[in-house]
Amino acid sequence: MTIWSIPWLELAILVPLVGSLIVGAFRAPMRAFTWGLCFTGFTLFCSVLAGLSVYLGDGSDGVHWTIQTTLFGRRIFGLDDFSAPLVPLVSLMHFLTALATGRTKMRRFSMSWSLASDAMRIAVFACEVPWVLIGLLIVGAGHGLVELINRGKPIRVYALHMSLYSGLLVLGWAFVDLDVNHRTQSAWATVPLMAAILIRCGTVPAHCWLTDWFEHASFGNALLFVTPLTGVYAAVRLVLPIAPDWVLQIIGVFSLVTAIYAAGMATVQREARRFFAYLFLSHTSLVLLGLELHTPISLTGAFSLWIAVTLSLSGFGLTLRALEARFGRMSLASFRGLYEHSPALAVCFLVTGLASVGFPGTLGFVAAELLVESAIEVSPYIGLAVVLTSALNGIAVVRVYFLLFTGTRHTSTVSLNIGPRERFAVLTLTALIFAGGLFPQPGIVSRHQAAVEVLDVRARCCESEVPTVVHANHAPPSVSADE
Amino acid sequence: MFDHESIVSVLGLIVITAPVLLFCLLGLAALVDRKLSERTISRACQISIVTGLVAALGILALMLLDETRHETIELGDWVIIPHYNFSVKFIFDRLSVPFAILSFLLCGTIAAFATRYMHREQGYNRFFVLYAMFVAGMVITSLAGTIETLFTGWELVGLSSALLVAFFHERPAPVQNGLRVWVVYRISDAALLLASIVMHQLHSHGDFDLMISGGPWPEGHTTIAHGQALLLGFLLIVAAAGKSALVPFSGWLPRAMEGPTPSSAIFYGALSVHLGAFLLLRVSPILEASIWLSAAVIVLGLTTALYAYVTAAVQTDIKSALSFASLSQVGLIVAEIGAGLRYIALIHLLGHACLRTLQFMRAPTLLQDYRVLENAIGSRLSHPQGAWDRLGPTGFRRWLYRFALERGYLDALLTRYIVNPFVSLFRWCDAMERRWTDFITGQVSRESDLLKPSTPQVEELP
Repeated sequence: MTIWSIPWLELAILVPLVGSLIVGAFRAPMRAFTWGLCFTGFTLFCSVLAGLSVYLGDGSDGVHWTIQTTLFGRRIFGLDDFSAPLVPLVSLMHFLTALATGRTKMRRFSMSWSLASDAMRIAVFACEVPWVLIGLLIVGAGHGLVELINRGKPIRVYALHMSLYSGLLVLGWAFVDLDVNHRTQSAWATVPLMAAILIRCGTVPAHCWLTDWFEHASFGNALLFVTPLTGVYAAVRLVLPIAPDWVLQIIGVFSLVTAIYAAGMATVQREARRFFAYLFLSHTSLVLLGLELHTPISLTGAFSLWIAVTLSLSGFGLTLRALEARFGRMSLASFRGLYEHSPALAVCFLVTGLASVGFPGTLGFVAAELLVESAIEVSPYIGLAVVLTSALNGIAVVRVYFLLFTGTRHTSTVSLNIGPRERFAVLTLTALIFAGGLFPQPGIVSRHQAAVEVLDVRARCCESEVPTVVHANHAPPSVSADE
Repeated sequence: MFDHESIVSVLGLIVITAPVLLFCLLGLAALVDRKLSERTISRACQISIVTGLVAALGILALMLLDETRHETIELGDWVIIPHYNFSVKFIFDRLSVPFAILSFLLCGTIAAFATRYMHREQGYNRFFVLYAMFVAGMVITSLAGTIETLFTGWELVGLSSALLVAFFHERPAPVQNGLRVWVVYRISDAALLLASIVMHQLHSHGDFDLMISGGPWPEGHTTIAHGQALLLGFLLIVAAAGKSALVPFSGWLPRAMEGPTPSSAIFYGALSVHLGAFLLLRVSPILEASIWLSAAVIVLGLTTALYAYVTAAVQTDIKSALSFASLSQVGLIVAEIGAGLRYIALIHLLGHACLRTLQFMRAPTLLQDYRVLENAIGSRLSHPQGAWDRLGPTGFRRWLYRFALERGYLDALLTRYIVNPFVSLFRWCDAMERRWTDFITGQVSRESDLLKPSTPQVEELP
């Protein structure tokens, strides 16, 4: 038995679930926070090993001993090249968000809730069975609804969009199941799925739920809900393998319009959360666009951009959250002059913000290059639009930096600088952003491998007549050239 | 034991790493919020600049002694996957080596000046972090052997410049000007990024050496077809125009003077403003592949020179006058590049950069000298009328004066026809979204609308 024989993935799902139950029993917020942080940390440890087992373990799936067959009668959770880095990424986001939570916010940031959502998100990113994946996605959407209800906020916008999303997801996959033969031609199956994905990704015109979500949810939960790009994940697992080219083209058009629109909106926002929501939307749409171009280079670019966006926008979001913890909701109607009080926050804000737009030396740089290159290959106009989007996002980030950190100095008698835990969280993300940017080859190669694998699954699903599966590990065997 | 090639490689690496290490040191300290002393920063700058300069001079000496005109340092493929590679390569030739030496020389001079000029200034550390970023960007750009490498340096120069314009960030004007500079630079960056991708599409790589064959700079011709050269050249001209403040992007240059004098001197008077011209020199064989491109470059250069000359004549502050004077020379340099006079353009560029640095650094004390002089003679210094003052009818002269005073209306046109419609459109979309969410919610849906522009009280401590 080696270290890779331990079922790390199952542990990564179980530990936060158990932790959620235990922490939920604590009444003292500080105690709940400490225990919650321990559970989240251990979950991160398990998920990192689960991810590594795909590359370093003996088998391709990395799990040798599993309790899944005993519990469910079949394997439901597993990792492949595509999902291997995403699961640790989700855990990392949860850990750092929990870690960076200020003491005064501990009463409002439920550790039990956070652990439960951690388990659910890891399960989503590791799920191999379409119906279970759909179920988890719907539960995840419901999770958000409960958050809004608990906070006493208006829920209609969110509930309307998420109901539509859930219904379309179920409807689409029901048709996929019914229409076993020639599924790639079936508009009944692919159109509802496409619409569901477009809603979940916040594509224009179904994007208002996302800005509304950022308005009303707590910033920490809002970040955790959106930054792993669950909607794009659903697109890769459920739509990309089976959708005909015209469906992908439609998604591509919507994504492109959203990318430009959201980038434009980000440049005129008067409040920091809404600005963040649009910036995030623009980036998500670029990732989605890369998927829909479905060439090896575009997918490599999209998958790399995915990781870059998740890391950089999480860092960016945590910085904004730290600012909110000190100054309340941040208006962008005038200059705030916060630099002298929080120089480290200003630096982190700028670094993570520029990393998200692919500034040289950061993780997103090569990813953005790959995406533009593949876009131009398909059409010069798409390439131009992607570059325009990137330029607008860059302008929006620097504009908000100036609005928040420059201007007449904010006066305060107490130190408002970044705290040690916040600093650790943001610097960890910054270190990952720079490490990935200065040594991009391993990451890009891994994403290229995942891209080839996803395209292979698509090719095999289009050729075969056996039911679709979401993982490369379980895809029907391809016909070799020799045969 | 040490052959020519290995010595050049070692020296070349020193040239590149010296400013990069300086930036890493100062940047890392800022990131972890550790304040370095003025003395440490000054010493680090001295060591880095002198090391880089000596290594660059060493390469020049070796190249002159061995009569080699083209050396390359390949750091290998940064990223390589099927159908895509991103290589890092640096070129040492008759264009890049003088420009790198110029960068080190002027940056070193400015660093020495700035350590005194910025002494005990609150943003001392911040200034030198941005300064280090600028030097690293300049050196990477000047030595870049591939367009991706050049783009990396180009972006570093752009960001540091915009942040330096907004250096005195307690006042709104420098910040607004910094943002404007950043917007123009983003347009320039976008054009360069597109050019980089077009190069990849044409040749599957962004290597200048492979794109331009037939001998080391200034010789060489491109192998790409006329139509392709037209597209690529157009993008490169837009990129250069944005960076060098050529017409119609000239509006940012006087705005950039809001920054501290050392940064104005080095960035806009001496180095940054010449970066566009440098790019055009680097890709001059591509420009010469099409007569239309060459003509466009000449027209652009001459138009900029004329515009800057007219505008400079009415400026009332010394830095703005110098910046437009600088721009008129940059316009001429660009015109020379379009005419194919590559050596003349390079010599013009080097000489002009040195002269402007001197003038910019002298500017603050010159005003004091003028004051002393005028106090001594007891009256204002006379300004004799020039020949231009009597040229043309009065109406035309008035129009020309207004035109110059408004800086050719370039900023006003940009604001009226691009910025305002853009902002209005998206504000309208924002209002529509608000109505839509209010309609669904059945109440006011945005908490953010209720926010006050500023909340002076601290809400809660972490």
